[in-house]
Amino acid sequence: MSRRPTLIAGARIVDPASGRDARGDILFADDILDVADAIEAPNAARIDGAGLCVMPGLIDMRVGIGEPGAEHRETFKSAGRAAAAGGVTTLVMTPGADPVIDVPSLVDFVLRRAPARAPVRILPAAALTRGLKGELMTEFGLLQEAGAVMFSNGDRSVVDSRVLRRALAYSTVFGALTAHRPEDPFLAAGGVMHEGELAARLGLPGVPAAAETIMAVRDLALAALTGARLMLDMLSSAATLEHLARAKKSGVNAVASVSVHHLTLNEQDVDGYRTFAKLSPPLRSEADRTALCDAVSGGVIDVIVSGHDPWPAENKRLPFDEAAFGATALETLLPAALQLHHNGAARLIDVVRAMTLRPAELLGLKQGRLVKGAPADLILVDLDAPYRLDSDLLLSKSKNSPFDEKLMQGRVMRTFVGGAGIFANEPCTDQSR
Amino acid sequence: MPTRSGKADAPPRAERFRLHHLLAISDLKREDADHLLARAEPYVSFLEQKSKKLDALRGRTQINLFFESSTRTQASFELAGKRMGADVVNMSVRTSSVSKGETLIDTAATLNAMSPDLLVVRHPSSGAAALLARKVSCSVINAGDGQHEHPTQALLDAFTIRQRLGTLEGVEIAICGDVMHSRVARSNALLLTLLGASVRLVGPPTLMPADADRWGARVHHDMKSGIAGADVVMMLRLQTERMQGGYVPSAREFFWFYGLDEDKLKHAKPGALVMHPGPMNRGVEIDSAVADRVDVSLIERQVRMGVAIRMAVLEALAEHGANA
Repeated sequence: MSRRPTLIAGARIVDPASGRDARGDILFADDILDVADAIEAPNAARIDGAGLCVMPGLIDMRVGIGEPGAEHRETFKSAGRAAAAGGVTTLVMTPGADPVIDVPSLVDFVLRRAPARAPVRILPAAALTRGLKGELMTEFGLLQEAGAVMFSNGDRSVVDSRVLRRALAYSTVFGALTAHRPEDPFLAAGGVMHEGELAARLGLPGVPAAAETIMAVRDLALAALTGARLMLDMLSSAATLEHLARAKKSGVNAVASVSVHHLTLNEQDVDGYRTFAKLSPPLRSEADRTALCDAVSGGVIDVIVSGHDPWPAENKRLPFDEAAFGATALETLLPAALQLHHNGAARLIDVVRAMTLRPAELLGLKQGRLVKGAPADLILVDLDAPYRLDSDLLLSKSKNSPFDEKLMQGRVMRTFVGGAGIFANEPCTDQSR
Repeated sequence: MPTRSGKADAPPRAERFRLHHLLAISDLKREDADHLLARAEPYVSFLEQKSKKLDALRGRTQINLFFESSTRTQASFELAGKRMGADVVNMSVRTSSVSKGETLIDTAATLNAMSPDLLVVRHPSSGAAALLARKVSCSVINAGDGQHEHPTQALLDAFTIRQRLGTLEGVEIAICGDVMHSRVARSNALLLTLLGASVRLVGPPTLMPADADRWGARVHHDMKSGIAGADVVMMLRLQTERMQGGYVPSAREFFWFYGLDEDKLKHAKPGALVMHPGPMNRGVEIDSAVADRVDVSLIERQVRMGVAIRMAVLEALAEHGANA
């Protein structure tokens, strides 16, 4: 039975696929039926979009979930709830579960289990190497056939260049996308924050930006050698961006992601030994942050991810060097990213593109765009709503947000997946679910 | 000389083989290859006779010098030599002097002092046969050097196809699997192209040598498109240690995407022939159901033709050496 159509009327419609950023109406059931300046649909459920913004549901390419193996941190259910509230309608789960998602049966496990527990689409990324150990490549073909949408070595770089070269070369058979986090583990060893004056003053060991740049340059050379689709994952430094831009210009099949934290925070946020801002890669200088924003605006960086990495308080409320790296982020991805729009660092449509259309293109997904026939994965957003974040109110199981008590601007009012309303900031009047 | 079988399509050959050694297909011209194939023709029917002894090489000494273990190639050369009447000596050097520190050149000097006429060499290093050939006065036959060449295997493969199809001109041949480490693939790509066939190399990029497309063959990474419309599908052996995640993720994944089974074979020309240089890994690069299909599998026939080709090669080189 087909769903009763919904009409969102009079909202600002932002759709990078069509380039549209203007007031209009959008009509959808399971799929998007029409987008126009004005739509007559007397039988549709009507939502007044005045003063609000409609955009494609966010596609977050980097979400850590504790299931299987660390359900105290996050489950499919809690991540799904948080994602829905954050306007994330599709998320790619990183393979660093326990066990590591490195065989087809575990991909199958995720794809069978997640839909019954989470209202959003959860897609597994499979491990690039067995056990994420960086030694032996995984079964790219069988994993992809099982449903893995991309390959990733999680937070660990594949140090052995020959292993990465072969994995990348082999990935080309299947046209697979490989995300690789560039960080020289020897240079980064022991470091807990950005290496610089602040780290020196705080007496904390640093991770130099060069740890990223060295590995990224190697990775780009291997992408050029193999012709593989490489995504430099979660970049943090300005120096790396120059190499990335040059490689892209010369035709290397490379793309890059950045976490929303690295666009909105810098090393100063860890001052006072604030472990909730202890991230890997570390938050870097203000100059790095602005360079990353420019790279998003200019398209050098393709994708903004949450880098969602939930940790309970017992792993975070520790002396700085003992605390876990990572931040919970599904619910703050959009409002944090909107800071780029609000402070003029990037156009709204470019910020939205990096969280919708570009991920969809890279993953080969039909959603992520507001065009006729696409799945009705979309969100209704109040771009300007101001509030102070109370991390206790986050729906994620773990509350380790670096934005706690910070002023945020922008709130998800409604979230739809395949036309079904799965989240409403106010009492939901949508009866379709 | 045996009586000629009088096959009509055997081209006329020069009286004497042009080369002193058979080290690589890349040394051969078209007429050299034709010469050897034509010379092997009469031995096919000869090998079906009850008595299989000739005396073309009577009084000649053939040493099989194998630095790498081999069952079928060594046996094939031994039989070929014996059937031609030569005195054949087998030496497995893995277990003897090399472990005592003797260099390859010392071994060559020692053997040369024994005045053999024919030296059949297999060695794990590319170029070893050529090095030996410069240090001995007899004819050297490369029976496989590292990842370089295996010329008699290519000759027997070409011979087998020509026997079956009548010609190699315009024949589409897909060589599939571990091309990178395969001396059989190198020799075959060169020889089959030389003889007018059209060659594709099929395998994952991790098992494909850099710039293999410059060999005059087309490179495919997808098996189904790679063998589409092929007259012959030649599978290569994938060594066990290369299936564990270094070059390909696993044996099961390799079989799923690159193993020749009935399903993939359907993409080749109807009735396409199946070959394998052996020894086979059933369930890795080839499915038993395909390997054992008597209508299309030439695998057993390749072994049979191997003896005929090696008889021809030994004879051609010995003849050359006789008046050198």
